Amino acid sequence: MREEITLNVYRGNSESGDEKSYPVKTFPGMVVLDAIHQIQASQDSTLACRWNCKAAKCGSCSAEINGKPRLMCKSRIEDFYGEDGKITVHPLKTFPLIKDLVCDVSWNYKKAEQIPPLTISPETPRPLRMQQIDVERVQEFRKCIECFLCQDVCHVLRDHNRKDSYFGPRFMVKIAALEMHPLDTLDRRKQLKNEGGIGFCNITKCCEELCPEHIHITDNAIIPLKERVVDDYFDPIGGLIRKVLGAKPRP
Amino acid sequence: MPSYTAESREEGRARLPIGARTDNWWTAPLSFAIVFGLFVVYVTYRMFENAHYEVHASGLLSPLYSPLLPFKFEVNLPLLGQKMISPAIYILIVPMSFRMSCYYYRKAYYRALFQDPLACGVAEPMAKSRMRYTGERALPFVALNFHRYAFYAAAIFIFILGYDVLLAFRIEDASGVPHFGIGVGTLIFIVNWVLLTGYTFGCHSWRHLIGGGTDCYSCTAISRTRYGLWQKFSLLNSKHAQWAWLSMISVGIADLYVNLVSRGTIPDLHILF
Repeated sequence: MREEITLNVYRGNSESGDEKSYPVKTFPGMVVLDAIHQIQASQDSTLACRWNCKAAKCGSCSAEINGKPRLMCKSRIEDFYGEDGKITVHPLKTFPLIKDLVCDVSWNYKKAEQIPPLTISPETPRPLRMQQIDVERVQEFRKCIECFLCQDVCHVLRDHNRKDSYFGPRFMVKIAALEMHPLDTLDRRKQLKNEGGIGFCNITKCCEELCPEHIHITDNAIIPLKERVVDDYFDPIGGLIRKVLGAKPRP
Repeated sequence: MPSYTAESREEGRARLPIGARTDNWWTAPLSFAIVFGLFVVYVTYRMFENAHYEVHASGLLSPLYSPLLPFKFEVNLPLLGQKMISPAIYILIVPMSFRMSCYYYRKAYYRALFQDPLACGVAEPMAKSRMRYTGERALPFVALNFHRYAFYAAAIFIFILGYDVLLAFRIEDASGVPHFGIGVGTLIFIVNWVLLTGYTFGCHSWRHLIGGGTDCYSCTAISRTRYGLWQKFSLLNSKHAQWAWLSMISVGIADLYVNLVSRGTIPDLHILF
């Protein structure tokens, strides 16, 4: 392990900015967030970064390390520096920059407000009970820490900026947790197809590759939701069979 | 709050360099493009060749030409005269539409062929100059939503290819009398069938149809059964990409083997019982 590395950190705001190099002394087990803290403590106290738990659970310290969205607190420096001993740290590209490594991710909270919460029928007997086999599938989606790395790397939002038409992978996971919940009574397929814009996702799986909680975002959330939308909008034969068999219409 | 429209796609964002990734992100799309490209070139050549797809003495029929159809389509071409359309052209509609609408292949070819995106976090080279992105909501890609119909047809082909595997145990001796036997071709056909079955029934659509579409697994005996099936097919599905690659290569090898034996380039080594 090198004794000293160089951190090229993006400094700037929404108007302008550029990379600035900082030499950083290393220590065993050092993560990129430690290096940022060292710069703040000993070289430049004006460097802005957002962090909280330093345990990969709060989802605050998202950044782009060597061009790939990561949690800074979970990124060991020895995994990133090459022979030149350099690591680049940039802010998330998809969201407007406030300062240095801090982005305005409030768009995500506005999207979250558009998703109706878990809606349980008043006739469902109380106390509410769920069997383990029903819990298992939706439990995975509950691991999300809202770091928004998946939103950042999603090319629909990142390269095409279709924030006007697509909720993004984080909210596909949120809808999946509700849509697949056995006690939820809402039909969320119409919202998925229309304002949710699930059709914009073209399954390139970057969200799944980068998820620090290892949620199978594409395989277990987005694709099953796409298949549910197909049930209602692209499968006339299946629809006919369901009608003939007398399947209960969704509310 | 800045407005987020395609026209202001960079508004308020950090002006980051385009090529910030320092790892070898290009190896995956490049290797897919090369292997898939070679496969497409080989299959296209074999599709139009319309010969050397059957070794009757060894009971081998190329998977590209299976099943043998009882009818022929002929067309009258201006310069070439009366020509038979290779049956592989209409047989291959089924496996090709299944693979082209498969969720794994979609990921691979969107990245490698359409650069949409090339790799995670890598800027799309032509994102700004392209037409407004519509994903799988408009033609032609909206048609990929019919993947489950391609699955139904591909599942029928699994049974047809299974029958071909059984026929590959029927090997003739030097005097033309059929025996039960096992040859190299038989083994290749078995491996090919296993890989194709694993790939076909690891399909995301099938996983949804068999149980993924159910919300309450504990509610009825049927839903509990569906849960068990969903779990088992989910295991297959978790390696869908590997099944896709291996089965694609095995189809190529099975056809190449039949091709070479049919031409007399190599013998079909076998044991008769």
